[in-house]
Amino acid sequence: MLVVEKNALSEEIEGYVIKYGKDRSSLLPVLQAIQRKHSYVSDFAMQEVARLIDIHPVEVFSVISFYSFLHSKPTGRNIVRLCQTITCDMANKNKVVEAIERELGIKFGETTKDNRITLEHTNCVGMCDQGPAMMINDRVYTKLDPEKAVNILNEIK
Amino acid sequence: MKTQTKINILKTERTGPVIFSDYKSGEGIKKALKQKKEDILFELKDSGLKGRGGAGFPTSTKWMLTAAAKSEKKFIICNADEGEPGTFKDRVLLMEYPQLVFDGMVIGGYTIGAQTGIVYLRAEYEYMLEELENYLTNMREDNLLGNKILGSDFSFDISIRLGSGAYVCGEETALIESLEGFRGEPRNRPPYPVNRGYLGYPTAVNNVETLSAVPHIVMKTGSWFEKFGTDRSTGSKLFSVSGDCEKPGVYELPWGTTVSELLDLVAAKNTKAVQIGGASGICIPKSHFDHKFGYEYIPTGGSVIIFNETRNMLHVLKNFMEFFVEESCGQCTPCRIGNVKLLEGINMIERGEYTFKYINTLKELGKTMQVASKCGLGQSSPNSFLSILENFKDEIFHTLENNGSNGKAVK
Ligand SMILES: Cc1cc2nc3c(=O)[nH]c(=O)nc-3n(C[C@H](O)[C@H](O)[C@H](O)COP(=O)(O)O)c2cc1C
Ligand code: SF4
Ligand code: FES
Repeated sequence: MLVVEKNALSEEIEGYVIKYGKDRSSLLPVLQAIQRKHSYVSDFAMQEVARLIDIHPVEVFSVISFYSFLHSKPTGRNIVRLCQTITCDMANKNKVVEAIERELGIKFGETTKDNRITLEHTNCVGMCDQGPAMMINDRVYTKLDPEKAVNILNEIK
Repeated sequence: MKTQTKINILKTERTGPVIFSDYKSGEGIKKALKQKKEDILFELKDSGLKGRGGAGFPTSTKWMLTAAAKSEKKFIICNADEGEPGTFKDRVLLMEYPQLVFDGMVIGGYTIGAQTGIVYLRAEYEYMLEELENYLTNMREDNLLGNKILGSDFSFDISIRLGSGAYVCGEETALIESLEGFRGEPRNRPPYPVNRGYLGYPTAVNNVETLSAVPHIVMKTGSWFEKFGTDRSTGSKLFSVSGDCEKPGVYELPWGTTVSELLDLVAAKNTKAVQIGGASGICIPKSHFDHKFGYEYIPTGGSVIIFNETRNMLHVLKNFMEFFVEESCGQCTPCRIGNVKLLEGINMIERGEYTFKYINTLKELGKTMQVASKCGLGQSSPNSFLSILENFKDEIFHTLENNGSNGKAVK
């Protein structure tokens, strides 16, 4: 990372800490803000958070590794999470999986070469009455079929 | 092509005896603030309201304990982590009835003597955040929140915090750990949150639906509420119905409704099995469809997943156990290792490589997990394993053409 980039990131994180506070209880909101903007929390970001909240970087990593919506490795610009839980499964989510993998040429758990999309499975997103359901970042899409799912993914930047 | 970027708030009028009955935003707060705290607790006790988040703890007792705890600071937390598979009633309450949830929090805060309310909203519901924040802003403008609410001596505000994708954070002590900036690992109890909760202060943690009942009780009295339901399960319950039926969705019904009455209502046909209470609940066969919902009958947080005759119950069970293997926080051995063993057992059955002796060992393991696990996750994760293997053993072990092999013939 370039020095200017590092400085910019430090400043950004300082902004979050000013907004949410220096207490330990601000850790998740700060990490969530970084995750939202950068799609992951880099080693450098972890160090900065640790320094500003005054805890050990290992602590920060340990928290990130616990939560499935926080990432410590780079992901695509958009994180797609398809629900794998029972009612979506019963609503033929497997057909949606196959269609998405075919269309994007990657498997779930992978990121497209152009860094546009990371595919993940997730557990019940509370849309079981309208499955199959998926989330793209913080938006939810329901009543998917293979074609609809692929069309939605092809539209995102 | 229609892409849905936001959930359409269904404008269809919902009907129900309690939660979906009439209520005007703010009226419960207005009435409560004119009452003594003891009187509100008395109404609550009269109502018989119990926690709707799954554990069924009497709300009046929880609030009385928090009110009695001596501390200059107290918190009330709304548990909106709704992660139990098949549950989405809190989504409907938050999006369509925020006045009930937030007014319930204000009344609760007043009753227990809290200055701050926190909503712990699951990450999957982040799309609601903006609207909910706007709603809170409006409440502040109407002085339903903030300094000296409606001219009383009571000051109180609510903030919303997001989860980050961990089912176990719905467990109240894990939720508090998460709010404090730690891994969402459940704590040993005691101490209970009512004595030592968020940041060590007395804290009442309540489910979205529990809080939503409170403004109605304040407006219409505890004895009105108590008239609905059964002796030990008063009031109504929101059911999140999904799976094989024509009308999935959220239904408000009095406790004491039978499973088959609900199945009729949602137009379920050829139903073979119903999973009640989500992945951590139990799976019942046809012969039990005349049973009632209720704390003393079939207790439930309201998740109802319907399976018709075409469904493979071993496959269903496998999906549930995969869920628990992923979501166990790994802190204690019975749950961390136990769920993996149960899942392996299911895979063995699927491949036709099992002995009944080993299956019985796994059932014993499941029973051990129910008592030896540290929190409700590990205590309840064997429920579906035990109930499906028991109630659907014919299908899983005895039927030749479907020897647990996902519908394919076994070698
Ligand atoms: C693994 C696990 C997950 C839970 N998830 C939730 C949840 O999403 N929402 C909820 O209200 N309660 C959940 N609970 C129950 C809470 O621990 C707690 O009992 C509840 O929030 C208390 O509120 P109530 O008394 O109003 O029901 C969960 C419990 C366990 C063990
Ligand atoms: S029972 Fe499971 S989820 Fe609960 S503390 Fe133990 S390992 Fe964690
Ligand atoms: S099972 Fe997919 S949203 Fe609940």
